[in-house]
Amino acid sequence: MNKKTIMGLPREEFFVSGSRNCAGCGFPSIIRIVTKAAGKNTIIVNATGCMEVVSTPYPQTAWKLPWVHAAFENAAAVASGVEAALKKLGKNTNVIVFGGDGGTYDIGLQALSGMVERGHNVLYICYDNEAYENTGIQRSSSTPKFSWTTTTPIGKKIRGKKQWKKPISQIMASHGMSYVATASPHLHIDLFNKVKKALSIKGPKFIRVISPCVIGWKIPSNKTIEIEELAVETGVFPIYEVLEGELKINYKPKKLKPVKEYLMMQGRFKHLNEKEIRVIQERVKKHWEHLLKLEKMGRIYDVIL
Amino acid sequence: MVGIRKVEYGKKQVLSTSDAIAYAVKLCEPKVTAVYPITPQTWIAEKITELINNGEMDSELILVESEHSACSAVLGAAATGVRTFSATSSQGLALMNEVLHVMSGMRLPTVFAIASRALSSPINIWADHSDLMNSRDTSWIQLFCESAQEAHDTIIQAYKISEKVLLPVFVVVDGYTLSHVYEPVIIETRSKVKSFIGEYKPTHAYLDPKKPMTQGPISYPSDYMDFKLEQQIAMNNALNVIKDVNRKFKIKFGRNYGNGLIDENVKSKRVIIAMGSACTTLRELERVYKKTNYEFSLIKIKSFRPFPKKELLRALSDATEIAVIDRAMSYGNAGPLFIEVSSALGEAGLKKKINNFIVGLGGREARLKDFEFIIKNIGKKSYWVNVNEGKNISFRMV
Repeated sequence: MNKKTIMGLPREEFFVSGSRNCAGCGFPSIIRIVTKAAGKNTIIVNATGCMEVVSTPYPQTAWKLPWVHAAFENAAAVASGVEAALKKLGKNTNVIVFGGDGGTYDIGLQALSGMVERGHNVLYICYDNEAYENTGIQRSSSTPKFSWTTTTPIGKKIRGKKQWKKPISQIMASHGMSYVATASPHLHIDLFNKVKKALSIKGPKFIRVISPCVIGWKIPSNKTIEIEELAVETGVFPIYEVLEGELKINYKPKKLKPVKEYLMMQGRFKHLNEKEIRVIQERVKKHWEHLLKLEKMGRIYDVIL
Repeated sequence: MVGIRKVEYGKKQVLSTSDAIAYAVKLCEPKVTAVYPITPQTWIAEKITELINNGEMDSELILVESEHSACSAVLGAAATGVRTFSATSSQGLALMNEVLHVMSGMRLPTVFAIASRALSSPINIWADHSDLMNSRDTSWIQLFCESAQEAHDTIIQAYKISEKVLLPVFVVVDGYTLSHVYEPVIIETRSKVKSFIGEYKPTHAYLDPKKPMTQGPISYPSDYMDFKLEQQIAMNNALNVIKDVNRKFKIKFGRNYGNGLIDENVKSKRVIIAMGSACTTLRELERVYKKTNYEFSLIKIKSFRPFPKKELLRALSDATEIAVIDRAMSYGNAGPLFIEVSSALGEAGLKKKINNFIVGLGGREARLKDFEFIIKNIGKKSYWVNVNEGKNISFRMV
């Protein structure tokens, strides 16, 4: 824990080169940091999605860890079964789920909520690329307001997604679970340490990691890390953790950059007018202030029931 | 301690079929059990949770939030490499449907008890075979039982079959008309069952960091069809394995159920083919009508999947008139079992007089006079039986 630089991370790789990701895809760096933190004694459960598709084209696999995929909406339920079996076998193996935002916010939410409510010892990681990228960039409940997707086109009457992004981390924290966090691969040590910390806690854990999609976000393939950084520096994707109900912001920019900088780097927001940008800016500011308030409140998520 | 009635292992006693199933499951010692409540399966789940909470059964219990998750949790546990169990009915089985396909495709063995029940709508909690027919093409073995003893024994057989052919198995009892019926049943002993089915130690699929395995990958057109061919080959193998397990079961426990696939002793040229609890009634009527003008022989199909085509054709070789009773309907054509039998006859180039009776959908009673009607009309017109206030409506009239 607390490795200071990327050079301090374990050298052993559990997600090998040659997987069929797009150049610049956000999640290989997430997988590599997460699995380096988890180590060899780990089982991966993967929801259907880009990650599963690009990493396991039969008869090849990019995984050097035991890995199982069943369907889109049931990764958390499959992980529940894996964990139950390990318990009966007397094995103390990490169980980590990877699901995209579609498999987490939308179709997999029931199974995820059930897994958390039952208290399975599983770390669930949502790689959040804010749309159904695998099926060709359709809108999910994680897609940001005004964003272009193929099912929220920019029309004369309706311009992009109408709704705000679903507050999934708050929803998970409201389950009263021991550990909920957000992370970004550009803050690799933070992500590494969060995985370590999560795995040291018994019970269900949830980490959501920003995962830019070059195709869906319409960004150059060499800008992924830069976009992640801007998402954090503008306050669009705040980095925090909720440990035993107590919220802590782990990274506080000295001054939040204007969201316009983040938005204008991405084709999915190219159509935004000044008014729309202002609406987003106000929302981000409000969210950030809300988080600062929550941070001061101490235990906020363990008072339910 | 919950007030739990003691059963005597190795002895005959009166129990509900649901309890007979639960005790068989306990004897097979699945390491993970995942269940969700649905009528009329609940008695099975309740008894199993009672056994687990009383420390009589050692299984990790997952009380999931849906049947979809029940099947998924079982899949995860089976993929990890342990023996598993679940039970469901009707809408629950329909909700599982997606995962049923995934699990058989991953060649993960398990046993599910199904208390069969009609599908919505209209919503209805009573017995028919619509839920199983809706699962027909999931590549799960389907074994239909007609008594508490057969259900108890078939659960034990099913684990052996499933772990041999690497396909999951449904053990089916008709909801209420069998699941909730009390019958004399011998509950077997742990040692006998253990020596019969052995331990489950998979070599083809498990999750172990010492030997990482990728399970459930994506398969392109270049490979997908070959996986599917393997499933069909496994189903073909299951025909022999089911017979073999049934034979060995007879040697060990002194009971068997036909040849495991079908149960028949055809003497008459007039034949009735059926599945499930109706077979008990029909067997009695077979005796009643013996040496009358309406004499018939019963063929009970126990294994609907794999379908025992060869055994059925052999049993039908001298038959001239055949009636097939279905407790489900393939809307727009005929009953699913009728379609199976017709297809087997057609493929073999056999021309027989064959008709179909749609009976007892959604728990509609099959009265004695309905069975009499069927027996007197073998090989004639096809009917929906006891509908529109007790009438029999021919297919042509519908």
